[in-house]
Amino acid sequence: MKPIFDESDPVELRLCVNGAVRTLCVPPLRRLLDVLREDLRLTGTKEGCGEGECGACTVLIDGQAVLACLTAACSAEGSEVVTIEGPGFERARREFLEHGAAQCGICTPGMIVMTRAWAEACRRDGIEPTEDGARAALAGNLCRCTGYGAIVAAAVSTAREGFP
Amino acid sequence: MRVVVARSIDAALAALASATEASRILAGGTDLCVEFESGRTRPDLVVEVGRVAELRFVRETQAGLEIGAGSTCADLLRSAPVARGADLLALAAREVGAVQIQNRATLGGNLVTASPAADLVPALFALGARVRLASLAGRRELLVEEFVTGYRATARRPDELVESVVIPPRPAGEHRAFHKVGTRRAQSISKVVVALALGPRGAGARIAAGSVAERTLRLATLEAALARGLARERLAQAVAHAVALDTRPRDDVRSTARYRRAVLERVLVRVLGPWLEPEGNAA
Ligand SMILES: Cc1cc2nc3c(=O)[nH]c(=O)nc-3n(C[C@H](O)[C@H](O)[C@H](O)COP(=O)(O)OP(=O)(O)OC[C@H]3O[C@@H](n4cnc5c(N)ncnc54)[C@H](O)[C@@H]3O)c2cc1C
Ligand code: FES
Ligand code: FES
Repeated sequence: MKPIFDESDPVELRLCVNGAVRTLCVPPLRRLLDVLREDLRLTGTKEGCGEGECGACTVLIDGQAVLACLTAACSAEGSEVVTIEGPGFERARREFLEHGAAQCGICTPGMIVMTRAWAEACRRDGIEPTEDGARAALAGNLCRCTGYGAIVAAAVSTAREGFP
Repeated sequence: MRVVVARSIDAALAALASATEASRILAGGTDLCVEFESGRTRPDLVVEVGRVAELRFVRETQAGLEIGAGSTCADLLRSAPVARGADLLALAAREVGAVQIQNRATLGGNLVTASPAADLVPALFALGARVRLASLAGRRELLVEEFVTGYRATARRPDELVESVVIPPRPAGEHRAFHKVGTRRAQSISKVVVALALGPRGAGARIAAGSVAERTLRLATLEAALARGLARERLAQAVAHAVALDTRPRDDVRSTARYRRAVLERVLVRVLGPWLEPEGNAA
């Protein structure tokens, strides 16, 4: 049996993904996660749980961090989607690398996307990035391998850019 | 299965005219997509309303603060009018899941799922909110307690859209508090959740609790005791009596009935204590 998401007839869908306009023909409730990974071959976005608990599938839609496993394709129609393959993650990627903040790496793309969203929110709202702030921002991103210490440190260093 | 993407309230209502019990409205998808994933829900019709701009607003009106059903938890957290007139809703929104969930989870979705563990629902109870429903047949308004009828059950007809909720103006001198007890700091479903509003001298008490029965409820026995001018010294006893009488907690994967009763009592005593007058001063 087909998953419910893929049951209905395909419709045309326009998305701007990482700066390029993409037109696809997909079932309207197909998970954005499958559209990205299978239809667009952008496999950087990971599936951990498929039910909103782990954050591995975090992407930016119109600048906001959301879960691709809980987003129907039709809900993202006409939106700007940024995945880990997109531009703007250079600083966070470097910090994660330098802090050794990854082991198996399944959670890492989601962590980096969420770190960027948090860093941008800190800058926008003029909130000083702290360890507690990072832990709160990353509370929806689970890691089964590391002890979070290096991840939190990498996130704080990323967000401190531009702060004295 | 038919899927209709609506960009206006009118388009959503037109699509909903043929809705059945099996049909679903899709807003933020944080409840519905999980149900799809588990195969629990197999709808005949899905009406997507995630980008109906007319459902996403906060407006100060004569009747009070009107908040569109499509407002997300992140919207509620950032809204100055909500912080002024419906602070309990902002406090509750902060407790819903993690940032990624708050960016999508809507007020309407939380209300219509009507989970006994929902965080926004008890806040709406304590604020005395009214729910505005619309369909092609017309509009109607229900008190939130009449709207939530049972375990994940509401008074909504399949053809109805929740348009907004209305929060009556805040009475002068009203105390309010929101308290959630979960397993960890973020993203945990509540073991017990409490939202309270209390006027001067115990008047107009609205004490709502979640996860202590099959649905969110008000502690009517305690409210009545407060209205009679309960003295601080008698609070613990009145709370124990009310919790035993008014709640119907169960053992489940998240907690036990005994723990839930004990925690609810503690939270109520701690929050209400400082608001009450000591014996002699009480009405
Ligand atoms: C990981 C995770 C953690 C969570 N944590 C919490 C938590 O801590 N506290 C909490 O309270 N909830 C939590 N939730 C549940 C969920 O996020 C909320 O209930 C949310 O508010 C639902 O809103 P939505 O827009 O995503 O609803 P959807 O999933 O889009 O819809 C939910 C239901 O409401 C109906 N509906 C939606 N909008 C309308 C409308 N305008 N009119 C009529 N019907 C409508 C839908 O048909 C559906 O039945 C969590 C969920 C996940 C996945
Ligand atoms: S895969 Fe989306 S949250 Fe786990
Ligand atoms: S590095 Fe393996 S889950 Fe985080």
